[in-house]
Amino acid sequence: MAHTSQTPGVVSGRLQAEDYARNFCDLHPPLDPHAALVAADRCYFCHDAPCIAACPTEIDIPLFIRQIQTGMPRAAGRTILDANILGGMCARVCPTETLCEGACVRQTAEAKPVEIGRLQRNATDALMAAGPQPYARAASTGFRVAVVGAGPAGLACAHRLALHGHDVAVFDARPKPGGLNEYGIAAYKTPDGFAQAELAWLLGIGGITMHTGVQMGRDLSLAELREDHDAVFLGLGLTGVNALRAEGDALAHVHDAVDFIADLRQAGDKRRIPVGRRVVVIGGGMTAVDAAVQAKLLGAERVTMVYRRTRDRMGASQHELLHAASKGVQVMTGAAPVRLLGDRVVKGVEFAATDPASGAVRPDDHFVLPADQVFKAIGQRLGPAPGGLEIAGGKITVTGPGRSALPDVWAGGDCALGGADLTVTAVAEGRDAAEDIHARLTGAGRIAAE
Amino acid sequence: MADLTTEFVGIRSPNPFWLASAPPTDKEYNVRRAFAAGWGGVVWKTLGLDPHCVNVNGPRYGAVWGADRRLLGMNNIELITDRPLEVNLREIKAVKRDWPDRAMVVSLMVPCDEQSWKGILPLVEETGADGVELNFGCPHGMSERGMGSAVGQVPEYIEMVTRWCKQATRMPVIVKLTPNVTDIRAPARAAKAGGADAVSLINTINSITSVNLDTMSPEPMIDGKGTHGGYCGPAVKPIALNMVAEIARDPETCGLPISGIGGVTTWRDAAEFLALGAGNVQCCTVVMTYGFKVVQEMITGLSNWMDDKGYASVADVSGRAVPNVTDWQYLNLNYVAKARIDPDACIGCGRCYAACEDTSHQAIAMKPGRIFEVIDEECVACNLCVNVCPVEGCIEMVPMAAGATDPRTGQVVSPDYANWTTHQNNPAARRAAE
Ligand SMILES: Cc1cc2nc3c(=O)[nH]c(=O)nc-3n(C[C@H](O)[C@H](O)[C@H](O)COP(=O)(O)OP(=O)(O)OC[C@H]3O[C@@H](n4cnc5c(N)ncnc54)[C@H](O)[C@@H]3O)c2cc1C
Ligand SMILES: Cc1cc2nc3c(=O)[nH]c(=O)nc-3n(C[C@H](O)[C@H](O)[C@H](O)COP(=O)(O)O)c2cc1C
Ligand code: SF4
Repeated sequence: MAHTSQTPGVVSGRLQAEDYARNFCDLHPPLDPHAALVAADRCYFCHDAPCIAACPTEIDIPLFIRQIQTGMPRAAGRTILDANILGGMCARVCPTETLCEGACVRQTAEAKPVEIGRLQRNATDALMAAGPQPYARAASTGFRVAVVGAGPAGLACAHRLALHGHDVAVFDARPKPGGLNEYGIAAYKTPDGFAQAELAWLLGIGGITMHTGVQMGRDLSLAELREDHDAVFLGLGLTGVNALRAEGDALAHVHDAVDFIADLRQAGDKRRIPVGRRVVVIGGGMTAVDAAVQAKLLGAERVTMVYRRTRDRMGASQHELLHAASKGVQVMTGAAPVRLLGDRVVKGVEFAATDPASGAVRPDDHFVLPADQVFKAIGQRLGPAPGGLEIAGGKITVTGPGRSALPDVWAGGDCALGGADLTVTAVAEGRDAAEDIHARLTGAGRIAAE
Repeated sequence: MADLTTEFVGIRSPNPFWLASAPPTDKEYNVRRAFAAGWGGVVWKTLGLDPHCVNVNGPRYGAVWGADRRLLGMNNIELITDRPLEVNLREIKAVKRDWPDRAMVVSLMVPCDEQSWKGILPLVEETGADGVELNFGCPHGMSERGMGSAVGQVPEYIEMVTRWCKQATRMPVIVKLTPNVTDIRAPARAAKAGGADAVSLINTINSITSVNLDTMSPEPMIDGKGTHGGYCGPAVKPIALNMVAEIARDPETCGLPISGIGGVTTWRDAAEFLALGAGNVQCCTVVMTYGFKVVQEMITGLSNWMDDKGYASVADVSGRAVPNVTDWQYLNLNYVAKARIDPDACIGCGRCYAACEDTSHQAIAMKPGRIFEVIDEECVACNLCVNVCPVEGCIEMVPMAAGATDPRTGQVVSPDYANWTTHQNNPAARRAAE
């Protein structure tokens, strides 16, 4: 049973218990109180701060940092949550280097931005440790709103609607709510059951009933939901995966990366997750990086991420690629999979080199990477969408704050057109849709429109 | 290499950096180590008559912090030495014997009667010390007993006590002034009238540094209560600099040697005190914060700067800036400057914009792409944007050339000097003209 990284095939328990603990602990551990003060002191309290504009939820960053700096992390937490009820999760998962921290003037000045993400965590941790979620519901309006999908978009929408006094019913196909917070985000970004803890805390506002294991399109229809509710919000995420157009897709040990990641997140004990000795990950986005890094952290000897085109076109940010490299993941660009080799179980992947400019494969330039496990991460897409909605570019078309083609149906998050596929964008879209629904239901929207 | 040797009221020291009378100079152990670290001299912690003072047995220091808990200001409720007179005298003698090239000045504070002052001076003389400093400054505790700042706030007492001391000793007498007065020139004049060889200033400033909002008591708190204490450290430097300059440029006291004290933390602070008329400087909080070693930075910094500027000796620097300290009414009102923002240095924080737009003259425009530009038509050259800009050298105050037209006033900048005393809006000036 004593396996190592060199053990051939796909096996679990390649590492010692303490290795798993170290590999899957907090990627960015919390700042201690003094470090938080030092970090907060670096903020210039910019006028019309560029960091705010760079945050999809437009958190008042200089204000919350000043609140930390003056010894009031709970007040800071409130500033964050006013704009982003999942500020705790976003503090852990946001690619801050491309968002707020990328816009920070101290990035311009010294290539060392204010550590906004970690400060946000400091504040939200303080507030969440202080007790239940701090918002009180408005008096009941009697309106009923259905939210489909309990990911960040759906949860942000539900909380804001509940805040305004509406009764919210949330439906999710999965056994646990949380969406990709629970099933997708890399384990080392949100360890110690944070996703469920935050969710329970958020639901503490009341007025939200959670129905898990209920799939729209199977267990109930959009038409039924519209019948029973005054408005419907769709936060469906992207539950479909793009198919790999290569032979051998059905061989054993060939998986969708998202399934591997979901299993990993659900495994109480990481030692039980089997991983190959030689792993090949096909794709160049965030999902590919997370699958590759976590395969490495599980003890795979060699993990190679192969992307069809050039490095600058990869979905994964430079920061993420550096993180992957620091964990020992090899990144190969300019090669497309042609077929998966092996009989019954995968033994390798045959790639064709591609033309850097066009991305077209070169028939004469093939090579094989040995592999005993392959993860496909070539993009997620919308699952089956109900009729009546307009679809463009593989997403639900929306205008303004998430208005779909149906007058009483809104959509936001990854399933809706526009915005980057990020947790924080989903939160912003869910929140804004909730405000629009509220305005529409209570008449304010009509008045504003006139 | 510049010569840092100084001779202050006849007392020689290898450099102008002395330790002020305070805990760092309270005992032989400290002073020996200070000398070993390079300090040019010390003013021994203030001696008093036996029975010696006692201190509180709880916290005696409060603090004001800046970023990263940098100590910006400190206050204390400590009294003068709490050790027997005989012990201090013995130690002073031993240290002076072993470190003859260093300045050894002894600070004194005894009750305000002739007998007490005249009685203690021979004892000090006997140690071989180079001079005495009369502590008329301590603003807490001792003042309640009619000593320290209680004397320093009454010019007549200063003059009287100084005279007693000058009559009773051959040692130079330095009078240490309290800043807790409205006009520092009055006590300085009194010291001079009494025959003082020099003044030293400032002692600490009356203060409450903070209030504990849980116990509702001022800090430092002793059993639920607090009292005002003496404030010192970097925060008091501007106050001290002004007081030093006031004495240096006062016709009645100019030429009176000054030992500059108050927030000296780096060589640059020391150079500034020297420039405003001090002959040397004394330091306390800086060593209480960082230890004795900082003097190495001060010595090398001052020496390098003097080399760069071509100053051969400390005396060359002393008083250099005094002629340029004037009264507001003599400032040139025909000097016109405008702020200029260097777009290459600008990091786009917009602090200058917020400050000017909200609280000043609406003279900075914020353009698309976070471009900030000065509107010369509005800019009064107040300098606020420079003060709030986090990037050194990004915003400059550029004087307008004579002959150019100030777009704000529409007036041509005159090459001539003209001040308030002759300005048309000055009623006094008009009366004089009539
Ligand atoms: C592997 C991976 C790693 C990622 N890492 C990061 C990261 O580090 N940082 C970051 O900002 N973003 C990251 N993302 C992206 C981020 O997770 C998503 O953008 C975000 O979760 C989108 O939120 P959502 O609410 O729109 O959808 P989801 O989180 O996908 O939630 C949708 C929910 O809807 C439910 N659902 C779907 N269809 C139905 C139906 N018909 N009936 C009932 N329920 C349904 C699903 O079960 C799911 O729970 C990552 C994504 C992946 C895949
Ligand atoms: C704890 C403490 C005790 C002091 N005790 C004395 C004293 O006994 N006699 C005295 O003349 N000044 C005393 N001072 C004042 C210092 O000598 C000095 O004038 C003042 O601290 C300003 O200098 P600084 O800003 O460098 O600290 C004391 C200062 C402190 C901080
Ligand atoms: S951009 Fe940076 S320095 Fe400016 S307010 Fe935001 S965090 Fe602070």
